Amino acid sequence: MIKLENISKVYRMGEVEVYALKGVSLTINQGEMVSIIGASGSGKSTLLHIIGCLDRPTSGRYLLDGVDVSQLSDDKLAEMRNKKFGFVFQDFNLLSRATALANVELPLIYGGGGDKHQKATEALERVGLGGRARHKPTELSGGEQQRVAIARALVNSPPLILADEPTGNLDSASTKEIISIFRQLNEDGITVVIVTHEADIAAQTQHVIRLRDGEIVIQ
Amino acid sequence: MKLFESLTIAIRSLLANKLRSALTMLGVIIGVGAVITLMSVGRGAQAAITSTFEKMGTNLLYVMSTSSEEGGMMAIQYGSTTPNLTLEDARALERIDSVTAVASVNENYVEVTAGGESKAAIIHGATPEYQQVYNYSIASGEFFSNRDIASRNTVVVLGSKVAEDLFGDEDPVGQRVKIKGKRFDVIGVMAPKGGAMMGVSLDDIVVTPITTFQARLFTQQTTRGEDAVQTIALQVASADAIDNVKGEIETILRKRHGIAADEKNDFAIISMEQMLGMFQQVLGIFTLVLGAIASISLLVGSIGIMNIMLVSVTERTREIGIRKAVGAKRRDILVQFLLEAAVLSLLGGGIGILGGWMLSLLISLINIGGIALHSVVSLDIVVLAVTVSVFIGLASGVYPAMRAARLNPIDALRYG
Repeated sequence: MIKLENISKVYRMGEVEVYALKGVSLTINQGEMVSIIGASGSGKSTLLHIIGCLDRPTSGRYLLDGVDVSQLSDDKLAEMRNKKFGFVFQDFNLLSRATALANVELPLIYGGGGDKHQKATEALERVGLGGRARHKPTELSGGEQQRVAIARALVNSPPLILADEPTGNLDSASTKEIISIFRQLNEDGITVVIVTHEADIAAQTQHVIRLRDGEIVIQ
Repeated sequence: MKLFESLTIAIRSLLANKLRSALTMLGVIIGVGAVITLMSVGRGAQAAITSTFEKMGTNLLYVMSTSSEEGGMMAIQYGSTTPNLTLEDARALERIDSVTAVASVNENYVEVTAGGESKAAIIHGATPEYQQVYNYSIASGEFFSNRDIASRNTVVVLGSKVAEDLFGDEDPVGQRVKIKGKRFDVIGVMAPKGGAMMGVSLDDIVVTPITTFQARLFTQQTTRGEDAVQTIALQVASADAIDNVKGEIETILRKRHGIAADEKNDFAIISMEQMLGMFQQVLGIFTLVLGAIASISLLVGSIGIMNIMLVSVTERTREIGIRKAVGAKRRDILVQFLLEAAVLSLLGGGIGILGGWMLSLLISLINIGGIALHSVVSLDIVVLAVTVSVFIGLASGVYPAMRAARLNPIDALRYG
């Protein structure tokens, strides 16, 4: 479902061009659980952002379900992010003033359709936080916050969930919980892509993509 | 995304910063309130002047002395010229067609006393036509006649306020008052008229025969040694005739005063309409200036909104990033921030209108020298203020909202 062909990303820093990605090609099939690993600065987050339509490649082709998304408008990309992807970030990225429930409802506001309250409640129950719907992020532990973020990611039933160092800020107990949630989601048929630098997390995925200096080392 | 949801989001984020939102709104509240109050007071003053002029009688012409060097309106304003009009002049003007009544009037300020009471009032020395020309009706007793003029009788007719202040509920007719140490018989009381001229009520007045005024109260003579008349007021049959009558007055008076063809008039002819127009113009400018000053505070208020919106966009860059990451389009973000600005300005505008309205009502209650300044809050001022406040809200919201909408999602997420 995801096919990257010779994708490059170049940042301009004054006169100097910095390559974050150099001609990356890869394929991710539906239902896979994939990890992207590499040292910091290897371009793994950039790769995830491009896959998730948060960023555009400088060159190359990105086919998502056969559609070349590198040619789409900003609004079309927003639609893709809303319908196709669920994002989980290292620092959760929850709206601090909104309740857990309101945070989970957020993608539904922009996607529309259906009973928001119902869907969001179901998503929270799915990550085991049914009882915390009215709490604000500040009243929740790190692990709970990340579970709210996962609920938000899956509320729109996207085929793909993209996680950028999802356990980077969590203790080992929470890390275990979060990873088991991802495994459960993957078993339910959702494609999961996790960026991580922890080898034991990568070991739990079927497919490991290793990046070094913007290039794929082993695939 | 539906408008209702955007509105909910906007209101929620405004409520999240209650003090800041309130202070931002205060700028608009003060601006709109000031515009409404000041414009209303200005309008009220204009309305008061117009109604006063109407009460004094329309279709009036005034002839007043001026020094021939200065001439025109300025000379009247500065006064202090030797009067050169006489009762004979007035009598000559009676013969003009379309002039229905001619009244000669001399004016001064006096202390009127009766029993223990004393009262400052304007005294008019006048001819009997005064009553018709100035549109006073008699409430009790009668106005003085030409016989009183001829024999310089010490009689007075009181304005309703003077009568009330000196005699209370008693009927003053038949009683006596003292003016400048001389006794006067009260022969009539005029019905209240309301209104005021230059801050003086039209009912704070005492009228006495002009000959009595000249001989016993304030003696003033023309250069030729005749008793002087300050003002000759003419009532003209219709407004159309005013220009013709003006021309005839000029011809007659120039001839009577022996003014050579190359000399200026030693008198000025002013119509009520001219005076009204002059006052209206002055007050109109006054109102406009007040409005302009108030508009500056409205402008400052709108800059306040823009400032806060810009701060808000910067502060909430991450929130914008999150919203974009989960699928918010440019339009969604734009609408959200525009709505916030619109809610701030509309709410501020609404409160400002209410506040301004109440302040205007309050000002109406204040009496300055017995004259209420009825401020008029008219629909057009309200519509103007609302339109302006919505406009400034949107205008000051557009730039910050566009900045927010244009943010790249990944840059926004990385911010802070």
